Amino acid sequence: MARNLLELTVNGRLRTDAVADNTLLLDYLRDRAGLTGTKQGCDGGECGACTVLIDGEPRLSCITLAASCAGRQVETIEALAVAGRMSRLQQAFHDKLGTQCGFCTPGMIMAAEALLRRNPHPGEGEIREALSGNLCRCTGYVKIVESVLAAAGA
Amino acid sequence: MTQVAERNVLRESAGEARARSPDGAVGRPTPLIDGIEKVTGRAQYTADLPFAEVLVGRILRSPCAHGLIRHVDTAAARAIPGVRAVITGEDFAAPYGVIPIAQNEWPLARGKVRYRGEPVAAVAAVDEASAEAALAAIRLDIEPLPAYFSAAEARAPDALPLHDNKAGNIEREVDQAFGDLDAGFAAADLVREQTFHYAEVTHGQIELNAAVAVYEPERDRLTSHSVTQVPYYLHLTLARCLGMDSSRIRVVKPFVGGGFGHRVEPLNFEMVTAALARAAGGTVKTELSREDGFLTHRGRPETDIRLKLGLKKTGEITAVDCEIVQRGGAYGGYGLVTILYAGALLHALYKVPAVKYRGYRVYTNTPPCGAMRGHGAVDARHAFESLLDIMAGELGIDAFALRRANLLTPPYRTINDLQVNSCGLPSCLDWVEQASGWNTRHGRLPRGRGLGLACSHYVSGSAKPVHWSGEPHAVINLKLDFDGAITVLTGASDIGQGSSTLLAQVVAEVLSLSLERIRVVAGDSALTPKDNGSYSSRVSFMVGNAALHAAQEMKRVLVRAAAKRLEASVDDIQWDGEQCRVAGTDRVLGFVDVVEQALAETGTLTVKGSWSAPPETQGGKFRGAAVGSTAGFSYAAQVVEVAVDEDTGAVAVERVWVAHDCGFAINPLAVEGQVQGAVWMGMGQALSEETAYHEGLSLRANMLDYRIPTAVESPPIEVKIVESHDPLGPFGAKEASEGALHGFAPALANAIYDAIGIRLTELPASPDRVLEAIQARRRKERLRASMAAPARADRGGG
Repeated sequence: MARNLLELTVNGRLRTDAVADNTLLLDYLRDRAGLTGTKQGCDGGECGACTVLIDGEPRLSCITLAASCAGRQVETIEALAVAGRMSRLQQAFHDKLGTQCGFCTPGMIMAAEALLRRNPHPGEGEIREALSGNLCRCTGYVKIVESVLAAAGA
Repeated sequence: MTQVAERNVLRESAGEARARSPDGAVGRPTPLIDGIEKVTGRAQYTADLPFAEVLVGRILRSPCAHGLIRHVDTAAARAIPGVRAVITGEDFAAPYGVIPIAQNEWPLARGKVRYRGEPVAAVAAVDEASAEAALAAIRLDIEPLPAYFSAAEARAPDALPLHDNKAGNIEREVDQAFGDLDAGFAAADLVREQTFHYAEVTHGQIELNAAVAVYEPERDRLTSHSVTQVPYYLHLTLARCLGMDSSRIRVVKPFVGGGFGHRVEPLNFEMVTAALARAAGGTVKTELSREDGFLTHRGRPETDIRLKLGLKKTGEITAVDCEIVQRGGAYGGYGLVTILYAGALLHALYKVPAVKYRGYRVYTNTPPCGAMRGHGAVDARHAFESLLDIMAGELGIDAFALRRANLLTPPYRTINDLQVNSCGLPSCLDWVEQASGWNTRHGRLPRGRGLGLACSHYVSGSAKPVHWSGEPHAVINLKLDFDGAITVLTGASDIGQGSSTLLAQVVAEVLSLSLERIRVVAGDSALTPKDNGSYSSRVSFMVGNAALHAAQEMKRVLVRAAAKRLEASVDDIQWDGEQCRVAGTDRVLGFVDVVEQALAETGTLTVKGSWSAPPETQGGKFRGAAVGSTAGFSYAAQVVEVAVDEDTGAVAVERVWVAHDCGFAINPLAVEGQVQGAVWMGMGQALSEETAYHEGLSLRANMLDYRIPTAVESPPIEVKIVESHDPLGPFGAKEASEGALHGFAPALANAIYDAIGIRLTELPASPDRVLEAIQARRRKERLRASMAAPARADRGGG
């Protein structure tokens, strides 16, 4: 498989890596950039655990080629806490038990982050809609929705 | 007395009045102590662990559902550059199985394959491409045998046995009778019998399975990092299957992304990864796919139930006669426990004078079933609560009144010898009745909307451990050293349920200290005491009690040290955590000084606490009596509100009110989260989840075709915590993670009946099934109308 130099911004840092054409963004983030906060929960596009932001839009990194992100801004869960302060969503998911096992949490928070950037005060229905591509098996979503509402109100 | 005030006077089994922990450690909603790692992405799950020089492990699966393995040719695979190990079933020393008397599974099939997708061979290679090439190069020579995909096919007289020692493919037959059944039915005013059918469902934890095994050839030592709920079982099984002394093995549990029973049994890939690491003399990481998870399975079996109940006009149950058949899949696993649970918990929720139960666990050529949240009792609960509802309708008794007519009062011994020491079900019923507006809304909502009620219960840990060694059922070590920090060492696996947080709360409460002084180290066999693991909702009750005892022992040591330094008697020391004082004086000593004094005497403090379920809670003497026995039953009642679209058969759950008796909520935040999660998982099974196979080939081995509800389909779930203060539970606590699951499906079925007058006796209530039932009723109505029409014409003519 051919390798090409990929230049992109990950969590605010410009990176240049030689990347095979078929490398998935998920594998690039986890294996090359060492950002294991982004999770794989399925065989491709089923569960949302790998959700990251590409130029601010929520995207499934497990069905996105790394090469397609050339020149773009990628944000992962690791980018949200700034200078030791958790983001409003992270704080709310922690305080309100929006996370149990935690495995869907990074993708869930990134999907919610995209929602709040586009709609800072969503209603419950809008939150459920925006998170409908992210499966959680622990919470029944009740406390996830409460967490997003709390973050939006904060 | 308010609930909070009540909490302040309760507590600790000794019941002593004392200072509370400054953050009110127990009884206060407490975020998870490992929650920050989870929300920041810093939590490391098995697949996230960094290792150098890691080989890629891959597993080859059987394309055949049932067959004799003639030969597995690995020569070509071994010759591929980069391949470091190729193994087959011949590379293992012994078969395994979670139940010591049913160990009939090899990590890689040996002699025979028994389901499509069963692991047959495995490779370790320097990269994925070489590993995949090696798998493709392995030649399997398998002679197909007739295969059986339903319990009925497998039980047919001419069916070949999957396992030589199990004629008729019956893994376990249960035949239990309690009380005088004939007299019970004779005393009934109404007797009804009904059959039910349940699709197979699976756990669907979001973390994919993974294992990393590190083998040190120079020392013949193995370290296994895995997704397990029970590191102890895995440890025993690694030793057994690899033929290694258990002292050479270390099992580490990293963060685990959910379990729900999938990971209670040691799973084939864990032993395979370890064997690959040994064969390759290095480190192997095996990451499995979502499809692999469906093939590894161990979920809730496809089940058929025939249930007959006798009721008096007043609603009292007089007799229960039930037969349950479970399609168990290809191997033993937890199977015999599942079929026993189904019978034990079927009727023990209520006061029942006579029971007959027959259960059949059947081997079939499908992936093995096992323990899944609500183990064994979920389908049985649906049947029981549905038939109660049917009969309540016939007798003209309200659903709540019927349940209330059968409540037991603790202390109570059920007819199958289960001990009940606390029961908050009456309060649960009262709350959901009021909160749901039952009395003004049930039977009165517009067509297409309905309310349904069901009750449920569950064990707070199995009172008899699977591996009966005579040891205490739970052990906790506490360490306190020069740094003034208390480390809780526990083998209990936090798999997201919050067990580490709960243990820290218990210790903080007893020592009247802040949670900030306490850290928890969990799940590393080199450091932490053995624990029987996270299953059967045992940790809060059993390990919570061990933590309570350990903390009390630590307190005794510290109080003695304080008394010595303050030159006072132990009885005069007033313990307030960060400071203690000689009662009635101003002579005080800070915590750090107390610790210094205690360490001066003995060095690093390590104390232990342990707990075992009392003998009277361990069940009766009959065969299988241990299953279902527990030191504390949780109770729950729930009302579900549905909207049914009669044109499409779609069922929407609008709202759920659930009251759960967890004895005492050590962490009310986690209790709510667990109860919501349990109810919701019940909803998935009730509405949309089912596996499917074509001649043993899994047809829905992904998260799109296996329909786990999304946020959009999931309702608000309102939780009421009921606290019955169990006499044996730590601070009165019982389980909160499973008991509310069982009630959802029957409450839904009862709500659908209230909405459209149709009784579903099959799960899931998927749109196709609901629509089929609606159409069947329309056909029946048309037929009745067409038969009635000529009769009316005749009368008109006469």
